[in-house]
Amino acid sequence: MRIGIVCPYSWDVPGGVQFHVRDLAEHLDRLGHEVSVLAPSDDETPLPPYVVSAGRAVPVPYNGSVARLNFGFLSAARVRRWVHEGRFDVLHIHEPATPSLALLTCWAAQGPIVATFHTSNPRSRAMIAAYPILQPALEKISARIAVSEYARRTFVEHLGGDAVVIPNGVDVDFFARAEPKAEWQGGTIGFIGRIDEPRKGLPVLMRALPRILESRPETRLLVAGRGDEEEAVEDLPAGMRDRVEFLGMVSDEDKARLLRSVDLYVAPNTGGESFGIILVEAMSSGAPVLASDLDAFAQVLDGGEAGELFPNEDAGALAEAAVRLLADPERRERLRAYGSRHVRRFDWSTVGADILAVYETVADGAAAVSPDERIGLRARLGLARD
Amino acid sequence: MPTMTTVILPAVAVLLIGVYLSWTAGRLDRLHARIDAARAALDAQLLRRASIAQELATAGVLDPAASMVLYQAAHDARQAAEEQREVAESELSQALRAVFDESAQVEAVRAAPGGEDTAAELAAAVRRVPMARRFHNDAVRAARALRRHRTVRWLRLAGYAPFPLAFEMDDEPPPALADRGNGAPQ
Repeated sequence: MRIGIVCPYSWDVPGGVQFHVRDLAEHLDRLGHEVSVLAPSDDETPLPPYVVSAGRAVPVPYNGSVARLNFGFLSAARVRRWVHEGRFDVLHIHEPATPSLALLTCWAAQGPIVATFHTSNPRSRAMIAAYPILQPALEKISARIAVSEYARRTFVEHLGGDAVVIPNGVDVDFFARAEPKAEWQGGTIGFIGRIDEPRKGLPVLMRALPRILESRPETRLLVAGRGDEEEAVEDLPAGMRDRVEFLGMVSDEDKARLLRSVDLYVAPNTGGESFGIILVEAMSSGAPVLASDLDAFAQVLDGGEAGELFPNEDAGALAEAAVRLLADPERRERLRAYGSRHVRRFDWSTVGADILAVYETVADGAAAVSPDERIGLRARLGLARD
Repeated sequence: MPTMTTVILPAVAVLLIGVYLSWTAGRLDRLHARIDAARAALDAQLLRRASIAQELATAGVLDPAASMVLYQAAHDARQAAEEQREVAESELSQALRAVFDESAQVEAVRAAPGGEDTAAELAAAVRRVPMARRFHNDAVRAARALRRHRTVRWLRLAGYAPFPLAFEMDDEPPPALADRGNGAPQ
C-alpha cells in the first residue's frame, strides 16, 4: 500500500503525536508498505528519508497558548504537490480539528482519508465559529480513529459522528528488554514528565513525598524531565531534598532503563490526558504503576486491575497507596505480571494490524487519493466549455 | 448610482447564492459517494465473515451441534433479502458468540491443520465488521445532517438519492476471539 501520513506538529519538537507518527511510519515501512510523512519542519533539520517537509511552522497565539502552525498559500501548495506526487492509496491525517497541516490536507485532498483524533480538547470558541468551514472538510474523512474510549466520547459530543477506538502503540519488547541500572534500584519511585507543567502532577507528588519518607525514609524519587529543579523542591523540607534526584531529559534508552529499575512508577497527572502512553511504557518495562484516576488512565489500567489508581490531586491518598505498595512486594509482583500481559494489546504488532485494517476497509475498491480540484466559478454556473 | 443598486448588487447576490447552492450540492454528492463506498466495504466485510463461518461449520472441527448452528446462521446471513439483512447478520453474531463462547473452542480450531490461519481470519473478520459499520453509519449521519438543512430540503438539492439509512445490527464479537492480550496468543 502507498500510505501518506500527515503530522500536524513540527518534526523537530518532541511530542506524543510526533512520536506516534514516527513509530507508525517505521512500523508500516517494516511491513513493506510505502510510507511518506508530511510534517512541518525547519529546512535545516535533518529528516528521516520518509519525511517530506511542509515548511517551517509559524508560531501563532491560539486558544490560550502559542501554537506552531502551517497555513497560507505556500503550505497549501506544498500539500497539494505532495498529494499529487504521492499517488497514495490512503491518507492518514492526525489532529484534523485543530488549525493545522492536517486540516489543510483534508481541505486539499479527496479520496480515502483516515483521521486520528489524539487530544480531547474541550470545544473552543474558534471551533464553534469555524464549524461551518470545518464541517465540509471533516466530512471528507472516511474513517475516524480515537485513541481511547474517553477521546471517542468527547469527540462524539463535540463534532458528532462516530469513531473506532485504536490505542496508541508502544514497542513493548524495547521496554521489556531494557537493562535495569543498579544505581536507580532499591526503594525508588519514578516520575517522567515536564517538571514545570502542573498538569503533569509533580506538585501533587511533592506534597505526598514527606508522608512517604516518614514511613519509608530510604525511599528515593527519580525525576526525568525538563524544568526548573530548584523550584520543584521549594516546598519540600530542606532535609528531604536530597531524596529527590533529577535526571534531566533522558534518551529513549535511559527512559526504558529507568522504568525497568524503579520499584514504583507514579503518574499523578491532574488532567488533559486523552491516553497515557507513559503508563503503557511503564507496564511494558514491568514497573508497577500508581496513577491518578483520570478517565483515560483508568481505561489504560483496565479499571485499576493493571495498576493502582488514587483520587486525582489527593496527595494523602497517593502517599498512603505508595507506602502500601512499597511495603508489599507480592502485590507489586502481581501488578507486574498482570501489566506485562495487559500491555500486549498496545504493542505495535496489534495496533498496527488494526490501523491497517482501517486502511484496507476504506481503500478497498476506492479510487486513490488525489488533489481536490476546485471547481471554477464558470463551471459552477454552467458556463465552462469542456 | 441607480445602476449600482438596481442591477449590480442584485446580480452579485444572485451569483453568490448560485455558487453557494452549487457548492452545497457538490458537498452532498461527495457524501453520497462516501456512503456508497462505505456500504460496499461493509458488504464485503459481512460477506467475508459469513464465508469463514460457513467454512468453519463444514470443516468438521466443531461438534455437530455447533456446526449446524453456525452453518444455518451463516447461510441465512448470505441469503437474506435486503430488509432481513440486519436481523440475519445479528443472528450470525449471536451464533458466533454462542459457538466461540469459551476459548477452548478457539483453541480447537487453532489446533486443526491450517486452523491457525482460519482462526486469525475469523478474528480479523469479527473485528472489521464493527469498524466498517461504524464508518458507514458515520457517513450516513453526516449526510442526514446536511440533508435536514432547509435550503437542501426546499430546493431538493439531494435530487432523487434515497434518504440514507444507518445499518443497525448486533456486531459484538465473541470475547474469546476479540481478546487482545491477557494471555491469548495473537
